[in-house]
Amino acid sequence: MSEMQEKLVFDRPEVVIDRPTHYCPGCHHGVAHRLVGELLEEMELVDRTLLVTSIGCSVFLYNYLNVDAVEAPHGRAPAVATGVKRARPDNFVFAYQGDGDLASIGMAEIMHAANRGERIAVVFVNNTVYGMTGGQMAPTTLIGQKTTTCPAGRCREHEGMPIKMTEILSTLGGVAFAARGSLNSVKNIRKAKKYLRKAFECQTKGLGFGFVELLSACPTNWKMTPVAANERIEKEMIPYFPLGVYKDATEEGGAC
Amino acid sequence: MTKQPERIFIKGNEAIARGALAAQCKCFFGYPITPQNDIPEFLSKAMIDAGGDFVQAESEVAAANMVLGAGAAGIRAMTSSSSPGISLKQEAISYMAGSEIPAVVVNMTRGGPGLGDIGPAQGDYYQSTRGGGHGDYRLFVLAPGTVQEGYDMTIQAFDIAFRYRTPVMILGDAILGQMKEPIVPWTPENVDPEPGAAWCMNGKTPDREKRLIKSLFLEEGALAGQNKKLMAKYKAWQDLVEYEAFETEDADLIVCAFGSIGRIAKSTVRSLRAAGHKVGLFRPKTLFPFPSAPLLEMAKQGKRFLTIEHNLGQMVDDVRLAIRTVADSDFFPVLPGNLPTPDEFEEPILNCLEGK
Ligand SMILES: Cc1ncc(C[n+]2csc(CCOP(=O)(O)OP(=O)(O)O)c2C)c(N)n1
Ligand code: SF4
Repeated sequence: MSEMQEKLVFDRPEVVIDRPTHYCPGCHHGVAHRLVGELLEEMELVDRTLLVTSIGCSVFLYNYLNVDAVEAPHGRAPAVATGVKRARPDNFVFAYQGDGDLASIGMAEIMHAANRGERIAVVFVNNTVYGMTGGQMAPTTLIGQKTTTCPAGRCREHEGMPIKMTEILSTLGGVAFAARGSLNSVKNIRKAKKYLRKAFECQTKGLGFGFVELLSACPTNWKMTPVAANERIEKEMIPYFPLGVYKDATEEGGAC
Repeated sequence: MTKQPERIFIKGNEAIARGALAAQCKCFFGYPITPQNDIPEFLSKAMIDAGGDFVQAESEVAAANMVLGAGAAGIRAMTSSSSPGISLKQEAISYMAGSEIPAVVVNMTRGGPGLGDIGPAQGDYYQSTRGGGHGDYRLFVLAPGTVQEGYDMTIQAFDIAFRYRTPVMILGDAILGQMKEPIVPWTPENVDPEPGAAWCMNGKTPDREKRLIKSLFLEEGALAGQNKKLMAKYKAWQDLVEYEAFETEDADLIVCAFGSIGRIAKSTVRSLRAAGHKVGLFRPKTLFPFPSAPLLEMAKQGKRFLTIEHNLGQMVDDVRLAIRTVADSDFFPVLPGNLPTPDEFEEPILNCLEGK
């Protein structure tokens, strides 16, 4: 028998709790959770972290991350996070929101928290549908995309254009970092992690509001296999929601 | 309690703001609406001077959710508003009740429904004492009738909020908020410097479990368990009922009224007493829990009741529930848009006394 020992090169970050998730196969929420978990450890933030979860498939993020957490009402996570951060300015505070949560019911809260330059980070998972409630149209649903409430496909005349949150938020004075990444390929996941790190650094350095949009798959509501869902992100989502950094004040010394 | 020597002459709104500072409230989140603007205006500076924080939120929805966040972090936080704004805060108030997050919410009510007017009214009694938002919960509701009580009850509200991990409402109105009176400010001695330390989110250290503050209970029986816990909490509040009984001992007729109207009715009772009429005043200071037991005692003594409110008849339901086994209460409404004088209550009280 060979004396060669197996070397573990890839492990679960300890802050990510060892339990099966409730997500559908091919869902990217789990990937996003893992990136966040890795960063909390790498940046030594675990003890200081206060998590604000929102409504939607990701409401149970607090079951997967071993940090203190509070549950916000639908769309209000940026306001709740504002209260948490103002109450405990020395803690690291981040909110995690879906596209229905952030870009529809919670539009006012995200715009104003960003504009005030709250020292918080927001992770925005854009899967172009309302996942948890069964695949209704979201503000980010693409033109032509069929959902349970636009069964003929979203049409510009009737439902308007999909909202580009990262572009909008990057125009606001309080935003220190805004970027859009994607979770459909290893290459993009690596980049997405870099964006998240920068967004988190904005807070640890006290520069302002940090925002990262993550294009993600919802194979269940898209009625696709996980592989086809990844291809859809590449072919349909990325062209409309271009990836990249839209604002970066980490080098310039702050947003406000 | 250390009484400070000087008396100060201030508005009811300012008394509430100063009470919050004395209670070591550290965060205030608000949104402008008449007739409570003096509270955020005063605290926008004073709270920051005191080492806390102040945010003028983008809406009442956001303000109440900021309070939710600060409360979950174990910090004494407050928001204030008036009727239409309180409707918007109900979402967060329901979540705070369900998640057991302490907070103080001030409602200096105005006339409604809808945009109504900005004059005094007590139309939010049902909304305050029946929960107000969705789901099965109650708020602890304090109803100050004087500017001094506005100050005292704000201090008391923070203690109750943290002792029971619950949102507490201070239900005032435009009269109380805009009225100036001399008060004696005081500073409570035993304010816990780390109010939520045993349960709040403050960063998970390796020596303890993580803490989750939430109102979602999906597992079989979990929500029933939580609601049972809330029910027990609300029952325990029965020991905290407070009321003013003025000239009630030998009275034939008890006038029931709360807040500003209670105070005006007290003047009427005083002058009717001087004229030899056997009337008294019962003024609940806690609206939930409602002081039912002392009312029932009075009913058993054969007394009669007249409820006067600045609305179409809301607290009268609680009066009737309290005394239903032996008596009933008449009702006299004060309609919104005016400030009633004590004289206006004479006729309805005398009519009731004479059984008309
Ligand atoms: C006030 C309120 N309105 C509606 C809902 C129902 N609801 C639950 S999840 C959800 C959609 C969430 O969608 P999204 O933010 O895109 O997250 P996903 O499930 O796709 O991860 C909605 C509308 C709610 N919980 N609260
Ligand atoms: S419904 Fe969509 S977003 Fe929700 S878990 Fe399933 S794949 Fe993920």
